[in-house]
Amino acid sequence: MLKYILLRLLTAIPVLFFVVLMTFVLVRLAPGGPFDAERAVPAQVLENLNKRYHLDDPMPVQFGNYVWNLLQGDFGPSYKYPSRTVTELIATGLPTTIELGFYALCFAAFLGIISGVFAALKPNSWQDYSFMSVAMIGICLPSFVLGPLMILLFGIQFEWLPVSGWDVSPGDKVLPSITLGAAYAAYVARLTRGGMLEIMSQDYIRTARAKGVSRFNVVVHHALRGALMPVVAFAGPAAAGLLSGSFVVETIFQIPGLGRFYLQAAFNRDYTMILGTTIFFASLIIFFNFVADILQAWMNPKLRQSLGK
Amino acid sequence: MFKQLALLLAAGVLALSGCSEKSLTNVEYGNQNQVLYIANGDEPQALDPHITTGAPDFHVISSMFEGLTALNPKTLELEPGAAASWELSDDLMTYTFHMQPEGRWSNGDPVTAQDFVYSWQRAMSPELANQYAYMMYFIEGAEAFGQGETTDFSTVGVKALDDKTLQVKLTAPTPYFLQILDHHTYYPVHPATIEKFGGMTARVSKWTLPGNLVSNNAFKLKHWELNKVIEVVPNEYYWDADVVKLEGIHFYPISQQQVEERAFRSGQVHLTFTPQMAIEKIATYDQNEPELIHKDPGYSNYFYIFNTTREPFDDVRVRKALSYAIDRESLVKRVTKGGEVPAYHFVPPDPEGHQPKSYFTYDVEKAKALLAEAGFPNGEGFPAFDILYNTHDNHRKIALAIQQMWRTNLNIQANLTNQEWKVYLNTQQNKDYDVSRKAWIADYLDPSNFYDLLLSYGGNNDTGWKSAEYDALVEEAQHELDTTKRWALYEQANKILSDEMPIAPLYFMSDINLIRPNVKNWYGNVLQRHPYKTVYLENEAK
Repeated sequence: MLKYILLRLLTAIPVLFFVVLMTFVLVRLAPGGPFDAERAVPAQVLENLNKRYHLDDPMPVQFGNYVWNLLQGDFGPSYKYPSRTVTELIATGLPTTIELGFYALCFAAFLGIISGVFAALKPNSWQDYSFMSVAMIGICLPSFVLGPLMILLFGIQFEWLPVSGWDVSPGDKVLPSITLGAAYAAYVARLTRGGMLEIMSQDYIRTARAKGVSRFNVVVHHALRGALMPVVAFAGPAAAGLLSGSFVVETIFQIPGLGRFYLQAAFNRDYTMILGTTIFFASLIIFFNFVADILQAWMNPKLRQSLGK
Repeated sequence: MFKQLALLLAAGVLALSGCSEKSLTNVEYGNQNQVLYIANGDEPQALDPHITTGAPDFHVISSMFEGLTALNPKTLELEPGAAASWELSDDLMTYTFHMQPEGRWSNGDPVTAQDFVYSWQRAMSPELANQYAYMMYFIEGAEAFGQGETTDFSTVGVKALDDKTLQVKLTAPTPYFLQILDHHTYYPVHPATIEKFGGMTARVSKWTLPGNLVSNNAFKLKHWELNKVIEVVPNEYYWDADVVKLEGIHFYPISQQQVEERAFRSGQVHLTFTPQMAIEKIATYDQNEPELIHKDPGYSNYFYIFNTTREPFDDVRVRKALSYAIDRESLVKRVTKGGEVPAYHFVPPDPEGHQPKSYFTYDVEKAKALLAEAGFPNGEGFPAFDILYNTHDNHRKIALAIQQMWRTNLNIQANLTNQEWKVYLNTQQNKDYDVSRKAWIADYLDPSNFYDLLLSYGGNNDTGWKSAEYDALVEEAQHELDTTKRWALYEQANKILSDEMPIAPLYFMSDINLIRPNVKNWYGNVLQRHPYKTVYLENEAK
């Protein structure tokens, strides 16, 4: 198991290097530079700017310098926001993104598991079809459609909840968390339903029920742990997806999270910021997948044994 | 089991209803406490007046920094700013400014003439790479210093005669120089603060962060959270602090038109500040809440440029035909709908000065004749070409309308090419386009803002069109002090533009904003200057 963990950690290094290299090359290939503006920048000023940010060095030198600074934990200055470094910008946006992702994940897990369990308990009934239809809608409805719809309904029509902002008014976290978590809730519901159906048909469940164990106990204590295996496997990529894929929701609801910085960096050709956020998100995805694998192994003795061999 | 689910759902509904218990919206809170909430477009790039370039940045910076002169929000007439008064020499090239006796920075330090000398040296320094440094090249020796030809700032015509007197020498008489002093490049910065956080030319500096920033206008920085909010509060040391009524301003970076409108509708902001709201919302407000929507004519224009280095746009007859075949009245009435004015000349009319003449109109027959003369009778043989525009719903709608007009009127096929902003800029600057959309918003109230654009050597002339005669006229007009002669020179330049048509003017833009009626002393003006020091909020009944 330890060997497996070490191997997984080591394979992350070339993956990350490849991400840095590809991102570096791709952003430089994109037309338009960080200082292009509607009002043409005078040639002399552009020259000074390029010199100041070492953009006049040959590309391999720039890449070498970037990697060298990166190894020392320096993501460089932001071209767009001259008073801030990329590290500061990531540190500014990250807590909000994590908070949003956490609420969305809680919402997804809570709603998804409950719906999945209830749907599985009455398979092929109208309740099951209702839950799964809603789940299908959740999967199909992109956040840029769901978000504005919720805003119109709960924000504008009923005036129950604020329509944008973060930490500016009570209840401003509800709509974005639901919007971000909806699709994941739907996946969790379907995975839970599938897992529950499989577990509920097992002999030991039948035995437990024959022994007179209450339905609640059978579901919660006997079936749920096994039924949630696919959900746990999904949780890692889901957590990474929630953190790295929140930029649409952050834009719709004007949330000052990292996703919004990421999007703006791409539009601004803020090279260092694009690289910094990409590396950061790539690391998150690698990390969460790694944690999910470890958890799966921990929950599944068969898998643990096979890894031990 | 389903009972448990019902209970859970009920709990959820109750939790949501708990949120519905109405707490104060920003607007309600602001009205009670004199705090103005503004949707300010994009997140400002910087709060450093010598680095920034964008309008959202200016909206914030202008609350905190004041140049030597200021502009009256109603009339745009010059008013005292950091300078209480000024004199002009007989040769009209030397200005002497007398600073406000009570002018102070937000930390209590006096605002001195030396502060301006330091600040302008900073703004011109090549090492800082200020993109607007060229705006200072009216000053003697500024261009040589700004281009790095000399490092000796004493060669530049800016001198502090004493603490409260500043002398500025120009290279030539410049009629609009006093106006330009209200541009952010000319704003002062606090020298001790700049030095403390990295020195005069440090571009990456912490001096603009809350707690560090020292300013000289009616407000000072309290809080700045990126992508969230910028808060300013009154500067108690401001020389005219008695007139300030607001207790604070909150600038929200909301870049999306739809989100901005929703924020306004739900009481999160008192006013919107992006230059153009979503077209489809304009009619709704016009019809249902006309008191909230403000359409102020701007000193700005929207036009199409032709790549005159490419066939068939190198033929003036083709350019004219395309321009004459555009129904501008229909465009502003049916497409843009924001009170824009159809444009039959390039430069917008200056409210108090230059009134360019129109030398053409919407004339399909003439357009057809010109196209036939150019070798394309009834559009036959005319190559399909592209209309380039950057990603924005309004640009797409305008391009679609013009595509249709050209197809119907001239029987020619234009295709639409949409590019992301930076790609679009790159394509345009590399002249890799056929026809492209462009717009220009003036920095100060003078036609030179626009005529300069098409100078042969102008960095913003992406048409490839060159005219020595035009260049000479515009250069002469820039320094002509006799207003009548000056307008006559510009009129000649205007005639050349109509004869040569390197651009097709479409309309003069409007600034369309949503403003709550209780925001007082907020006046629409063609430069969109809104000094906050006299703005206040009246309590409203609803």
